[in-house]
Amino acid sequence: MTRLTTTFAAPRPALVCFITAGDGDTAANLDALVEAGADVIELGMPFTDPMADGPAIQSANLRSLGAGTTTADVLRYATDFRARHPQVPLVLMGYANPMVRRGPEWFAEAAAQAGVDGVICVDIPPEEDFDSPWALGPALRAHGIAPIRLATPTTDAARLPQVLDGSEGFLYYVSVAGITGKQQALIESIEANVARIKQSSDLPVAVGFGVRTPEQAAAIAKVADGVVVGSALVEICGEYGAAAPAKLKELTSALAAAVHTARQEHAA
Amino acid sequence: MNTPLNSFRTQPDDRGHFGQFGGRYVAETLMPLVLDLEREYRKAQADPAFAAEFDDLLEHYVGRPSPLYFAPRLTEELRLLADSQGNPGGGAQVWFKRDELNHTGAHKINNCIGQILLAMRMGKTRIIAETGAGQHGVATATVCARFGLPCVIYMGAEDVKRQAPNVFRMKLLGAEVIPVTSGGATLKDAMNEGLRDWVANVHDTFYIIGTAAGPHPYPEMVRNFQSVIGKEARAQMLSRVGRLPDLLVACIGGGSNALGLFHPFLDDPSVKMLGVEAAGHGLDGDQHAASLLGGSPGVLHGNRTYLLQDEDGQITEGHSISAGLDYPGIGPEHAWLKESGRVDYTAVTDDEALEGFQLLCRTEGIIPALEPAHAIAAVTKVAPTMPRDSIVLMNLCGRGDKDIFTVAEKLGVEL
Repeated sequence: MTRLTTTFAAPRPALVCFITAGDGDTAANLDALVEAGADVIELGMPFTDPMADGPAIQSANLRSLGAGTTTADVLRYATDFRARHPQVPLVLMGYANPMVRRGPEWFAEAAAQAGVDGVICVDIPPEEDFDSPWALGPALRAHGIAPIRLATPTTDAARLPQVLDGSEGFLYYVSVAGITGKQQALIESIEANVARIKQSSDLPVAVGFGVRTPEQAAAIAKVADGVVVGSALVEICGEYGAAAPAKLKELTSALAAAVHTARQEHAA
Repeated sequence: MNTPLNSFRTQPDDRGHFGQFGGRYVAETLMPLVLDLEREYRKAQADPAFAAEFDDLLEHYVGRPSPLYFAPRLTEELRLLADSQGNPGGGAQVWFKRDELNHTGAHKINNCIGQILLAMRMGKTRIIAETGAGQHGVATATVCARFGLPCVIYMGAEDVKRQAPNVFRMKLLGAEVIPVTSGGATLKDAMNEGLRDWVANVHDTFYIIGTAAGPHPYPEMVRNFQSVIGKEARAQMLSRVGRLPDLLVACIGGGSNALGLFHPFLDDPSVKMLGVEAAGHGLDGDQHAASLLGGSPGVLHGNRTYLLQDEDGQITEGHSISAGLDYPGIGPEHAWLKESGRVDYTAVTDDEALEGFQLLCRTEGIIPALEPAHAIAAVTKVAPTMPRDSIVLMNLCGRGDKDIFTVAEKLGVEL
């Protein structure tokens, strides 16, 4: 069992927390998330052109790059995290160009050495991810790292098998057709789409985009295996700087309590 | 026409790859959309009514065919230069494809006509676009006004400042112009914002990309719409002088005007081609926008192509005096044409482009845009090295009304 499969095998839904690497005191921020109950960490690799992100994560990317964050720094944050937290799954999330700059093989090997469990690459769709020298998925799988793919409301039934083919770890269901941090989808739509995906796959399904509050997270946790929160945490990093860990803990604790107990309330 | 086995005109493959370049590198939300766009484009290509409407609008609305013009005084000036440079009796004839005479003043409208017809065919009711110099924004706003569709133009805040006349034109035409302040606030940032809008409004919105870049099928589709330039030029040359030109020259930002001219000639082995990138303050530093000559392959804005980037794959801010060339990438077909060796690429600096700009004003009574002023600068270097009976055909892809403020400032003139 990998760290990801172990986590998602637990009877309670998982809280997946995203922050951008190099935006503030990354180690302290990551520790705060874990201590407050985050089950999976998504660490964002900063990129100059985060096309799929809304203003909050765009700003975090620019703050991080402005502070001089390099790919080597991101890998070091991962390595140090793995040493401090041997059991907590760690996923790198980002865009193709920084990941394939030195070749997919280089990146997969470096990520594996850093103890990374999964990689989400926003802009390499399955159509480009199998036979080219820049295909990331095959390199990741060869190094025991889960290529985690995204499905969206526009991913129709005809296309879903292609998205699932080669996906590992969990499937990230993007609940709104849009950018990160904006509006939230209706819970009915999320429930129907998660059910649709689960009919075609045994992979756990985590739902994200637009999830900000414990109430929203709890509602999603009732129908999905995991809930991803990003922009709300990233905004805290931006607003509080060095004082962010305490504030991150506050929000993450509330989110974790809501997510972890969502199905108990449901059953009661 | 039979396609030769070793044709340069059969790219891309069915996944949008030009050799190792191109493709569809977009977020999952957009994938079904770009696949749908490709299907609809193929249907439109097979529909004679689509081609008929495109041709009719190009003739009666855009004003095509654009003239093919022999530039006698520029040719004479460059022959004097040839004499003084030790090539007496040299100096090619310089001809222009006059796409600056199109409605809206540049080649951009050719592509916009094609894409808005496709958008309407697909039932889309809202148009978005990015713009750098503003020429594509003006062309998009124009076709939206012509067909009564709402139009949102994303433009880098820096470009909004340096291209004020075009911003006003777009507004007059009914478009909403949204200044983009993220990143370097230029063309690439406008394109990011266009993609963000598209991803959030996929159900009703068509994104008219202005150059031969982006996810498949955009690079192929834009090239095909712009190929009217080269098809006309080829026929006009044969009809006027009875032979093909020896050298084609065009400036390159994303590269759509160059591909439009080059593509119909790619399988004519006697025709050489030269693409001209913006060298800004010089290729030796980082203040240029020459992705092919000063960049390396990577993935941005939906395609794999040459990019200006650092060792970590972060995109770097280029520089050019011309807002239309100030883009850190290039259409994937150019990346392939460079690697295949079919097209040569060079770059000229801001200062050389300014000299080319003034030279054309003075010798031919034509005020060119700063983008083709780069091509003129390249012509002034290469034409004097060629024999007198040879022919250089340059795409004069835009007029310079929009640039007179930038040029005045550079020349130290207060307006």
